[in-house]
Amino acid sequence: MARRTQPLTPAALVGAGVATALAALTLGSLTAVAWAARETTGLGAEDWAVLRFTVTQAVLSAALSCALAVPLARALSRRRFAGRGLLITLLGAPFILPVIVAVLGLVAVFGRAGLVNVALQAIGLPVVTVYGLHGVVLAHVFFNLPLVTRLLLQGWQAVPAEHFRLAASLGCDGLDFARLIERPILRRVLPGAFATVFLLCLTSFAVALTLGGGPRATTVELAIYQAIRFDFDLSRAAQLAALQFALCAIAGTLAMALGGAPTTAAGLDRGVERWDGTTPLARLLDALAVCLAAGFLIVPMVALAARGLPGLGSLPPAIWPAVLRSLLIALAAALLATAGALALSSAERYWQFAAYLPLAASPMVMGTGLFLVLNAVVFADTARPSRDGAGQCCAGPAICVPRAGAGAGGNRGDLGAAGRPAGSDRRGAAALSASAASQAGIGLQPWPFGGAVDGRSGRDRALRRTRKRNPSAADLPPDGRLPDGRSRRGRALASGAQSGSVPGIRLLGARRCFVLTISSLGRPALP
Amino acid sequence: MLRLDHLEFGPPGFAMTADLSIAGGARVAVIGPSGAGKSTLLAAIAGFVPVTSGRILWQGDDITDLAPARRPVSLLFQDNNLFPHLSVAQNLGLGIRPDLRLTAEDRDRVGRALADTGLDGLGERRPAQLSGGQQSRAALARALLRDRPLLMLDEPFAALGPALKTEMLDLVARICDRTGATLLMVSHDPEDARRIAPDSVLVAGGKVHPPRKTADLLDNPPPVLAAYLGKENGRP
Repeated sequence: MARRTQPLTPAALVGAGVATALAALTLGSLTAVAWAARETTGLGAEDWAVLRFTVTQAVLSAALSCALAVPLARALSRRRFAGRGLLITLLGAPFILPVIVAVLGLVAVFGRAGLVNVALQAIGLPVVTVYGLHGVVLAHVFFNLPLVTRLLLQGWQAVPAEHFRLAASLGCDGLDFARLIERPILRRVLPGAFATVFLLCLTSFAVALTLGGGPRATTVELAIYQAIRFDFDLSRAAQLAALQFALCAIAGTLAMALGGAPTTAAGLDRGVERWDGTTPLARLLDALAVCLAAGFLIVPMVALAARGLPGLGSLPPAIWPAVLRSLLIALAAALLATAGALALSSAERYWQFAAYLPLAASPMVMGTGLFLVLNAVVFADTARPSRDGAGQCCAGPAICVPRAGAGAGGNRGDLGAAGRPAGSDRRGAAALSASAASQAGIGLQPWPFGGAVDGRSGRDRALRRTRKRNPSAADLPPDGRLPDGRSRRGRALASGAQSGSVPGIRLLGARRCFVLTISSLGRPALP
Repeated sequence: MLRLDHLEFGPPGFAMTADLSIAGGARVAVIGPSGAGKSTLLAAIAGFVPVTSGRILWQGDDITDLAPARRPVSLLFQDNNLFPHLSVAQNLGLGIRPDLRLTAEDRDRVGRALADTGLDGLGERRPAQLSGGQQSRAALARALLRDRPLLMLDEPFAALGPALKTEMLDLVARICDRTGATLLMVSHDPEDARRIAPDSVLVAGGKVHPPRKTADLLDNPPPVLAAYLGKENGRP
C-alpha cells in the first residue's frame, strides 16, 4: 500500500468534495453549454478584438491600481492624522459596494453632467466622456486601488517593528529606506496584488456593461452575456468561456511564478512606528497622495448618497422583498463560501487549485450550463433548448447564478417556480421571463438615478446594431416594461436589474468573498 | 558619561522616571520584573520612545531631541537585527554607510569585523542561512563597525543555549574592552549580569534606580526584585 505523507482526514475529504463541486460548477457547466451548442463555429475577428480589449483594460487597470496604491499605502502607513482610521475603513467600501451603484457614483462625478465636466465647462475646457476604455479602467481602479492599498498596508504591518527602528538608527531615509524596507514589501505583495486585480478585471462584466459596451469596449464576459442574451449563440458563448478560462489560467500561472516566497521573518508586533519621511517634500507627497485618493474614493460615494438618499422614502414597497432576498442570498453565500474555503484549506494542496476556478468561470455560462443541466435532468422533454428557449435561458442565468457563485448551495423557492412553467409550457418562456422579472424586480421604473447611465442618444443605433447582428432580436421576449428603446447597454442592465440582480454583481461579490476567505486562511500553497 | 536628568518617558499611563548617571566605559545590566519597562528605557535612550520631560546627556551634550541615527548609540534587539533580503556582509555594511556604497577600505573593515566575530567566509550568506548564534554575531559585528560609544543590548541572546550565550557574552565583553564602549544590557538571567556587568540598574515600579554593584543587588535584593528572582536566585 502506498504511504501517504498526510493521513486522509474527514476534513480533507470534504475539501476534496468542495473542490470537485467547484470544478463541476465551473468546468462542468461550460461543458454542458458546449455540448448543447453541438456545432462549433470558430471565433471571428470581433471575438479577437474583444479579447484584445479585455487584456488591455485588465493590464491597465492592474498596473494603475498598483502604481497608485504604493504612494497611498506608504502615506497611510507612516502618517498619523485625524480621519486616518475612517479612511482606511472607507477603503473597504468599494469592495462591498455593488458594481452598478459604484458606477453610478463615478458617473455622477465623471459623467457627461458630472462634477468634473461641470468644472471643465466652467473654465472653458472641452468635456470628457467616461465611456470607453478609460471609463472601464477608471472604474476598475476605483474598485481595486483600495484593495491593493489594503494588501500593501498588510505588508507594512508584517514588517517587524525592529526593522523600522534599525532603519532609523542606521540613518536610513528616502532611497535607503526604500531599498531596505519598502522594496522587499513591494516585491512580496505587488506581483500577487497585480495578478489578483488582473484576474478580477479579466472577467469584468458589470463595469464593461455600463461604461464600456459597443464592439470596441467589450470584455469577454460581456461578449458571452451578449452571445447568450441576444443571439442565444451557445457555441460562441462556450468558446469565449473556454478562452476566458485559458486567459485566467495563463494569468494565474504567471502570478504564481512571479510571486516569490515571503522573505521577512515574523517579529514582535508593536504597531508600525516609523521614523522615515521627515523631509518637507515627503510630507507634501504623502499629503497629496492621501487627499487625492480620498477625493477619488469618497466624492463618488458622497455624490451617490446626495442623489440617492432624498429618494429613499419614495422607493416602491416591492423593494423590501428584494432586500430580504438579497440578504438571504448573501447570508447563504457567505456561509457556504466560508465553510467551503475552510474545508478546502484542509484538503491536500493540489485540490486547492479549485479555489481559483470560480475566478475564471463565466457566470453567464455557469448559469446557462446549470439551467441546461437542470432542464435535461428535471424536464427530460426539454433537453434541447429550442429558439423558444431563449427566454428561459435569459431567466435562467439570472436566477441560477447567485447560487452558483455561492457554491450552488442555497435553495430558493423560485427556481422551482421558474422551472415549472418553463417545463410545462415552453411557449410561456417569454411570459416567464417577464413575470420573473416583475416578480423579482424592483424594476427600474423609475430608474432611480434617471439619466445617470446615459447612452440613450445612441439607443436607436444600438438597437439597429443588435437587430442587424441577430435578425430575430427584434422579437426578443419583451422584458416586461422594457422595450422602451433603451440602448442595448441600458436594456441589458435594466433586464438584469429587473430580475433581482445584474448577474455579474453578486457572483463577483461571491467570488471575491471566496478568494478572500481562502487567502485569509492562508494563501493556498501552490507549487 | 550617560546622564538621565530627571527623565520622564514612556507612553501615557506607563510613564517612567529615571534620574541617574552611568560612568563612561561602565558595563551595566538592566534588571527587573517582566513588563517593568527595561526595553522602554533602552528605547528612550535610543530615541524610539518619546521623552516627556527631563534630559538625556551624553558627555555633557543634550541628546534628548536628536534623531535616532545621530545618537551615540548602537541598539541590538532580541531578534530581527538583520534584514533578511540582504547578505550578511551587506547587513554589516549598513553600519558604515546606509546606502551601501562601500569603498575597498570599507569592505576590508567589513571583512575584519566578520573575522573578529567568527563569521569568516559567511559574508555572502543570507541571514536565514545562519544559525541563531551566528545571527547574533553578525548583529554584534555591525555594532562593532558602527563604533558608537554606547552599546545597548535588549536581550539579544535570550533565545540561545547556555553555552552559546556565555560565548556571546564574552564576545560582548571583549568588544567593550577593545572599543571602550559603555554597555547597557537588559537581561532576564542574573547569571548574565554577574558574568559581565559589575554594575546593575533596577527597573521596577515605574522607576529606574541608580546603578549598584551587581553582586550586592542580587545578594540583597529589594522585595520587588526578590519576588521576581525567586528564592534560589536571590541568595545563592
